[in-house]
Amino acid sequence: MRKTRYAAAAMAAAAALTLSACGGDSGSESADSAGGETIRVGIKFDQPGLGFDEGGSYSGFDVDVAKYVAGELGFSEDQIEWIETPSAQRENMLENDQVDMIFATYSITDTRKEKVGFAGPYFVAGQDLLVRSDNDDIKGPEDLNGKNLCSVTGSTSAQKIKDTLASEVNLMEQPSYAECVTAMQGGSIDAVTTDDIILAGLASTEANKGQFKVVGNTFSEEQYGVGIQKGSDKCEDINAAIQKMIDDGAWEEAIKANTEGADYTFNASLNPPTPADCA
Amino acid sequence: MEGFLELFGEYDVVGAFWVNIQLTFWAGIWSLVLGTVLAIMRISPIASLRWFGTAYVNIFRNTPLTIIMVFGALALWSQLQVSLSSDFNLNFFRLAILSLSVYHAAFVCEAIRSGVNTVPLGQAEAARSIGLSFLPAAWLIILPQAFRGAIAPLGNVLIALAKNTTVAATASVAEASGLMKTMIEFRPDLMTQIFLTFALGFVLIVIPIGLLTTWASKKLAVAR
Repeated sequence: MRKTRYAAAAMAAAAALTLSACGGDSGSESADSAGGETIRVGIKFDQPGLGFDEGGSYSGFDVDVAKYVAGELGFSEDQIEWIETPSAQRENMLENDQVDMIFATYSITDTRKEKVGFAGPYFVAGQDLLVRSDNDDIKGPEDLNGKNLCSVTGSTSAQKIKDTLASEVNLMEQPSYAECVTAMQGGSIDAVTTDDIILAGLASTEANKGQFKVVGNTFSEEQYGVGIQKGSDKCEDINAAIQKMIDDGAWEEAIKANTEGADYTFNASLNPPTPADCA
Repeated sequence: MEGFLELFGEYDVVGAFWVNIQLTFWAGIWSLVLGTVLAIMRISPIASLRWFGTAYVNIFRNTPLTIIMVFGALALWSQLQVSLSSDFNLNFFRLAILSLSVYHAAFVCEAIRSGVNTVPLGQAEAARSIGLSFLPAAWLIILPQAFRGAIAPLGNVLIALAKNTTVAATASVAEASGLMKTMIEFRPDLMTQIFLTFALGFVLIVIPIGLLTTWASKKLAVAR
């Protein structure tokens, strides 16, 4: 008798789980019927100043551009479904149709173009250095002799240091830039390196304000594009939206708002970029 | 197939897996030593030692390995400036071995304790009756039999350890999972080949460990 009671309880629990799974699905369906279609936008959730999850709402330059572009494509803000797209999963998520557009510090490269399509670029970043604000020794990559550097495991920035400066610098690799900044706060790391706008975003968070500065001497060029499915028909519309955002000043405003307090100015000789032709 | 050749030509895949094997080897030895000491504590007649062994196992078995690893890199090294080597990269390698050993020692301890349970109580009573005190009795009579009964669970711990070495990427060790991220960053066009390379790589490392420990546990089992 007791056994059957346990079995019944287990069945009920299992049923509850199944039902709650259904509940999740029907939730998004009802959103569909209320306001027409939704668009799935992939962003980073852990990069302050670019794409950052603030507990249900999202902030950053990538997010602002995504909202503007989605608006031009005819989607209001509550029709955007934000999805996290970590660096290593971006191509797969586009290929498997899990997202419609990706705004996630996504550099346009030839090998990526074999898998996915790109609209844009909407920003040209460059690899730079973030140092403590009282550090005046490091003005560019040539001052890094014998210094301890930090970057993210498997990133383009880390590889660039390994390829060009490996004999002179010590490179620490961490899962994300937040850990790098923590290590720099501890004093064991002299500089964090990656794209300038990512560094500016890190330096302008509430917790880090005033502690760090971006050196402002870029030594690479990264064209941030909008990742879309290969052969997607959205490319031209996205490019038109980016051009419009640049022309009406919203683009520059978004950069300023998201890097406030970091003492950062974007590389004006390369920005704002002109979106490339769609293939 | 061409894709595989390209990947192996462009990246040092074997070298990266070699780092994982080295981590497994050193952390395996240190966790075995530490785990054995803990197991002796847990079966000892002194209450405070038993309490310490139990507390260690419960704390470290229930703490995620990633947290221990991050603690090693960010708290021990970065904040407290604890350094295990003057060489920048060797320091991280040793910190990773330390974290892996501290974590897996808890599992090794429990595996050995399960081996102790296979030794009949009469063995301990016989040892005491010929005048051996606790440590000689444990070292000469109980543990040799316990190890022979604990080879299969110890093999499980070793297999888990081999796969857990990928967490060392968190402590800035350039091992296989870090290389995989680099490869995905630069060669997303060869995604399938990259996935298969690393999946098969770990299968190749883990299957021999499994075969060896299964064979050894049968061969060395105490016939009763």
